[in-house]
Amino acid sequence: MRAARVLLRPVGFAGFGLLTLVLLAAAFGPVLWGGRAAAVDTGNLLAGPSAEHWIGTDNLGRDLFARVLVAARLSILLAVAATAISLLLGILLGAAPMLLGRRLGRLVTSAVNVLVAFPGLLLVLFFAVVFGVGARGAVLAVGVAGAPAFARLCHTLMAAVSERDYIAVARIAGVSRIRVLLRHVLPNVAEPLVVNATMAAGGVLLTFAGLSFLGLGVQAPSYDWGKLMQDGLNGIYVHPLAALGPGIAVVLAGLAFNLTGEAFAAMFGLGDSPGRSRSLEEPREPVAATPAVPGTVLSVEGLRVTIPGPAGPIRAVRGVTFSVSDGEAVGVVGESGSGKSLTALALAGLIEPPVRVEAGHLVVAGEDLMAAGAHRRLGTSLAIVFQDPMTSFNPAHRVGPQLAEVSRFHQRIGRRAALARAVDRLRAVRIREPERRARQYPFEFSGGMRQRAMIGMGLMGDPRLIIADEPTTALDVTVQRQVLELLAEVRRDTGAALLLISHDVSVVTDVCDRVLVMYAGRVVEELPAKDLRTLARHPYTRALVAAVPDMDTDLSRPLAVIPGLPADPVHVPAGCAFAPRCPLADDHCRAVAPALVAGVACHKATEVPV
Amino acid sequence: MSTLSFHDVRVRYGSHTVLDDVSLEVADGQTVGLVGESGCGKSTLARAAVGLAPLTGGQILLDGRPVPNRGRRPVQMVFQDPYSSLDPRMTVGESLAEAMPERLGRTARQAEIARLLALVHLDAARAADLPVRLSGGQRQRVALARALAARPQVILADEITSALDVSVQGAVLNLIRDMRRDLGLSMLFISHNLAVVRYVADQVAVLHNGQIVEFGPTAQVLGAPRHDYTRHLLAALPGAVPLKEQM
Ligand SMILES: Nc1ncnc2c1ncn2[C@@H]1O[C@H](COP(=O)(O)OP(=O)(O)OP(=O)(O)O)[C@@H](O)[C@H]1O
Ligand code: SF4
Ligand SMILES: [Mg+2]
Repeated sequence: MRAARVLLRPVGFAGFGLLTLVLLAAAFGPVLWGGRAAAVDTGNLLAGPSAEHWIGTDNLGRDLFARVLVAARLSILLAVAATAISLLLGILLGAAPMLLGRRLGRLVTSAVNVLVAFPGLLLVLFFAVVFGVGARGAVLAVGVAGAPAFARLCHTLMAAVSERDYIAVARIAGVSRIRVLLRHVLPNVAEPLVVNATMAAGGVLLTFAGLSFLGLGVQAPSYDWGKLMQDGLNGIYVHPLAALGPGIAVVLAGLAFNLTGEAFAAMFGLGDSPGRSRSLEEPREPVAATPAVPGTVLSVEGLRVTIPGPAGPIRAVRGVTFSVSDGEAVGVVGESGSGKSLTALALAGLIEPPVRVEAGHLVVAGEDLMAAGAHRRLGTSLAIVFQDPMTSFNPAHRVGPQLAEVSRFHQRIGRRAALARAVDRLRAVRIREPERRARQYPFEFSGGMRQRAMIGMGLMGDPRLIIADEPTTALDVTVQRQVLELLAEVRRDTGAALLLISHDVSVVTDVCDRVLVMYAGRVVEELPAKDLRTLARHPYTRALVAAVPDMDTDLSRPLAVIPGLPADPVHVPAGCAFAPRCPLADDHCRAVAPALVAGVACHKATEVPV
Repeated sequence: MSTLSFHDVRVRYGSHTVLDDVSLEVADGQTVGLVGESGCGKSTLARAAVGLAPLTGGQILLDGRPVPNRGRRPVQMVFQDPYSSLDPRMTVGESLAEAMPERLGRTARQAEIARLLALVHLDAARAADLPVRLSGGQRQRVALARALAARPQVILADEITSALDVSVQGAVLNLIRDMRRDLGLSMLFISHNLAVVRYVADQVAVLHNGQIVEFGPTAQVLGAPRHDYTRHLLAALPGAVPLKEQM
């Protein structure tokens, strides 16, 4: 299906089409035009183009067009053979660290790295001399010279795969190294290799033409495109087509390989030409604009986030309404994929097309985010902390200047003043020796310190709201505790409100005043944090709380589990999204989606025993 | 089942000592919880037992003999990340078959796959699925089934629930308890989540700076900790000392 779609795009169509033509010529050229290409016509030596000889004849009066077609077979065969040699040697060399153990492998890898640094043409010429003049020598030369590049590619690809746990698992299970390579590694690196080999074949074709042209490749009486070009060169001013004809063939065939490689890449979803996602099928339902709730730092109504996907639009957030008062701490819990992060990103104005954000209103710190261009101004009144602070910092810049940049950009203060403030903020988030730390790079910080620095970055401005998406998930308990304490302290000092997103019910109840429970892109319950464990009314909230063991869990009984799987955001059921997993569900639940009324979205909320 | 014992195990990377003379015993049929903060060497200890980390000193013995680290291993490990521990190109059935100690005929193999999937409460039809079709919790159950396929004597479970959603974590923890009860497995259960360890482990070892600072029955270590570091860990639990009241 994906293949079909790629074929129908211009690159795929042109690539596969051209390649088919080239391969047909290689297969049938000598059969169909072999006679004509060999027919000597002494009355017609070195003739120019004519109706009979489209691009003229050579010094024996043989038809050049036929010769170009016939030469396709040898040219393509040589290119494919050389590419195959490169690929095979490359795989062997690239897999060396895996097969030979660490020390020998490292030796091979450094040798490869040295070879890769050599100019490719130099290697080809060197090996051409080593292996001798002629077609076989040329194939070996080009093949061997291309091996280092493949070896490096294989090495990188394989290194990424061998870090995966399934490789360790296979080793523990007693699978031999060779079998691990054949069964687990190669299949998982095959796609990028195929793409690169296809593209490389195009380049190899050119190299061959060059070698034959220099007289190092194919020797008479055999001929490939390069040889034909060499023959045509003498008369280039009189009959340019005699040299250009085979040249054009080389370019077309090279193009065929390259475009096909591109198409493969798109088909496998590699590189930067991913299959373009289908446009959203549904017409936009207009959302009625509504005013913000007064006295709030965050107010949103009917927030919807929709992502175009190959199987139809992914409705990740489906109408979320809530507000956060000044200085309040609100938690958001829910399982993976319930739309927590996308809600946070939308509130921060960080979602870009093609992902679509709609809302009745979305007002953060007095800025109406639904107005065009609004999020530019959010910088200083909003602080954002993400789960993985490593990705939030630019690894190539020192921490201090990165913090300073925020102030320079938003508050337009001088470089020195901004840096001083950055150091001051790092001190505020209790990073020891802030002057020295400010000069360090992000990777020199531990996970907990990076997270503090991220909070420090938020404090460069004067935040009225801090949005923290799983700020402690990557950290262990003791560091988590420190970061949560820091957030609490910052709020006490600045009076900022907090929106804390977490899958950890105990973290949220620990830090927040109020909790929103999300399921399948909606808020299903909203209640005071202290009531979460005891007074929840929605069946999902109750199940979620019961499923998490704490230090008082009854050890004699199995943990409560939520049967079934989370709702698929592409196919959200018509009625209550939780119905397929809910013990109380009935036909009414499956038909009509419950609205959030008095803090809970469940038809049977009143029946749920408290 | 058998006893896995670590004797003065030392692991060093360069000049950095990760494990410093660690001795620990996972007794027959027992689940030992190993807790400690990240980077303290929990995973290294488990990896050393299956030959994935080099020993600089000490011994790891299975029933008094060195753990074989060639061919089929009687000690199996289950990893943290269910998205990295299954080969994306192999069906569930193929992954399980690969781990089986002997080559079976087609029907015997199908039966064994069905038996293993049933052990981890998965439908036999799942054998034909590729990992992409499975949720994180289902993947983790397949990973457990694969460890069981090797008919191990000891299982090392390294943070196997921390990448899972809370709603799924419960099901995997129940499964671990069932497996210990029904199969009498010995297990080293590594986790930084004390509540989770409390729920599944018979004994708890606390690892700090490459050393075991406390070891004993779960109720005693977590209920009446004797070492300062254990108390520190318990105090850091959310809700132990409410943050809001501090404000
Ligand atoms: N770029 C994307 N392309 C396609 N689908 C996406 C994309 N980003 C998110 N989704 C889908 O949107 C839904 C909601 O995602 P979101 O990241 O908000 O979940 P979450 O509640 O934050 O989950 P977690 O607890 O795992 O962080 C999920 O089904 C997810 O697969
Ligand atoms: S509306 Fe029905 S299906 Fe949904 S949670 Fe309530 S009882 Fe369950
Ligand atoms: Mg998220």
